[in-house]
Amino acid sequence: MSLAHDARVAVRPATMAQRPARTWPEVNNPAAWIVAAILVIMPLIANGFFLIEIFATTLILGVIALSLMFLAGYGGMVSLMQLTIAGFSAYMVAVFGVSGNPNISLGWPWWLAVPMALALATAFGTLGGALAVRTEGIYTIMITLAIGAAFYYFTNQNWAIFNGHTGINTVATPHFWGVNWRADIPFYYIVLAVAALCYFAVEYLSRAPFGLALQGVRDNPRRMAALGFNVNAHRIAAYAFASFVAALAGVLQVWNYRQISPGSVSVGACIDVLIIAVVGGITRPIGPFIGALIFVLLRTFALDFLVRLGLDGNRFRLLIGLGFLAIVFWSSDGVIGLWQRWRQRQGSNAPSSSGGRRHG
Amino acid sequence: MSRFVERHPAWALIAIIAIAIVLWMIFAIWPPGLEEAIGRKRVFLNALFNGITLGGLYFLVASGFTLIFGLMRNVNLAHGSLYLFGGYVGYAISASTGSWILSFIVAFILTALVGVLLQVIVFRRMEGQDLRQTMVTIGLSIVFADLMLWACGGDFYQIQTPGWLIGPIELPLITAIKSSGEPVYLRYPLVRLVIFVASVVIGVAMWLALNRTRIGMIVRAGVDDRDILAATGVRIQLVFVAVFAFGAGLAGIAGVVGGTFQSLSPGEDIRFLLASLVVVIVGGMGSIPGAALGALIIGLAEQLGSVYIPTYAIVVTFLIMVLVLAIRPQGLLARR
Repeated sequence: MSLAHDARVAVRPATMAQRPARTWPEVNNPAAWIVAAILVIMPLIANGFFLIEIFATTLILGVIALSLMFLAGYGGMVSLMQLTIAGFSAYMVAVFGVSGNPNISLGWPWWLAVPMALALATAFGTLGGALAVRTEGIYTIMITLAIGAAFYYFTNQNWAIFNGHTGINTVATPHFWGVNWRADIPFYYIVLAVAALCYFAVEYLSRAPFGLALQGVRDNPRRMAALGFNVNAHRIAAYAFASFVAALAGVLQVWNYRQISPGSVSVGACIDVLIIAVVGGITRPIGPFIGALIFVLLRTFALDFLVRLGLDGNRFRLLIGLGFLAIVFWSSDGVIGLWQRWRQRQGSNAPSSSGGRRHG
Repeated sequence: MSRFVERHPAWALIAIIAIAIVLWMIFAIWPPGLEEAIGRKRVFLNALFNGITLGGLYFLVASGFTLIFGLMRNVNLAHGSLYLFGGYVGYAISASTGSWILSFIVAFILTALVGVLLQVIVFRRMEGQDLRQTMVTIGLSIVFADLMLWACGGDFYQIQTPGWLIGPIELPLITAIKSSGEPVYLRYPLVRLVIFVASVVIGVAMWLALNRTRIGMIVRAGVDDRDILAATGVRIQLVFVAVFAFGAGLAGIAGVVGGTFQSLSPGEDIRFLLASLVVVIVGGMGSIPGAALGALIIGLAEQLGSVYIPTYAIVVTFLIMVLVLAIRPQGLLARR
């Protein structure tokens, strides 16, 4: 029935066979160690622009898309409001913390504002999820899109909390232990640590009893209900976890740009998150990060590239849209699926390196 | 209707009282205390009429959306793009020929053609995979939005209202009494009333076509069970193409209407997509009367909200959606 479903059937036998159930799949995978090492020594290789604009942004977007991947891949619920949750959390950091709009911001220190933002954004996402699970399947996408769009219009027209279409600017970033944590290299490591944490949390949860039950709910909700599982409670819990992951990314995002405005929570941006997850592949946690890397590279370099080909450089969104259509048409498992099929066709022993390519 | 009253006497009573209050507010001359509390009657009546006429526009957009979903289980998230496309086509025709009526006809035909192409080339290949179809419509909406931005730029366009519809007319509704004792009547733009009447006519015609004709019977049977319908020998693919074309054409007409009442610009596609989503969630997926009720509710909520609580108007719309999902997740007038 679903995108995830078709892909899973093709992929699962290959991965299950070589994956011992109780160990981390990355441990025996040399490619994962190499990627991890490269990511850790990245500040030695890349300069500030690449480090923040490409890699940190990729990791932040990847974490938001990871939360969607968790819901869509393991729960079968395609939620378009993950970016909205991240944006809500970012707004809350700006509202509770210190910013250039003293009449809105409450001026709390970051170690109070951030937990508050995380808690509120998680509550927001859980409530939205509780609303979405009242209906099934394709309705989820409509309800979550409606929530995302309503939030976007709300931030645009409300001046008391969200400061209208100008948004909130010069949001303060944390300084402690004598380190400016928004300086390029410390910030990169914060982002990397959060991304790795979220990645392993999703990886762990997918094999924990809760994750297995969630996958059961995805495949056959009636049977799981007959076995005594509370189907809706599992779904709402999945939303709560995914909201927390998205909220973490939202905090990083507002620190990265130091401002938040309705443009960052627009409907187009919500859809971009879906595109990132689908292009990367929504069957495994690594997919969103690959999708995010492709997306960020395209967004950054498409203009120069298109101009060099003699085309109009402003047609970046057309390129994204066509690429997305091509992936949906030809590979329901995104880039990972393409890679895996290519490996299989090459006749090499097993598609062993796709478990953890971006994180160690 | 009588069954509803029998089943829910309390709700029916509340609804009757609410309708009575609204009717009183429309026809009575407001006492000074009320004017002080919530402002001038003219403002209220204008917001009410704007809400109802906006509801007519929303109905045109959402009825095509709900029809396509009802029959083909295809959540067409490119519906807003079809709306905007129809609007641009209508603008081009009206600007070059000066004929407002012709712009409707051409917009309907061209958007219907786009609909036929989409159904034949894209959606027929992935029948029954609703999530994948939805993903494709998302991709298409991005591509269409960028192509239209390329072709038309980011400017605002407004379709010229024809001469015979310009200007307000006086309605027999008293907004206030002058100090000289002379009543002041409400003046309201004629074009909005004409468009509202036209959308009611289209809605009634659709209802009749669905409930009184053979084609309507086939479509209704397809909504209930398309496999059995196909097994009885109906050429279901043809019905699908026709319904998709009609639904898309309605979105095109709505684009011309929207371009006349409001304006056309990039971003309007998303706005009307959201409106149709909320309308069909509230009214019930696949139900034409549901789309009409939902469109009326959302149009009124949006306009009254933007007059009385301007910075929280969208929240009202959203709360209505939440309330409906909490009480009746399938929508107000859905059968299942």
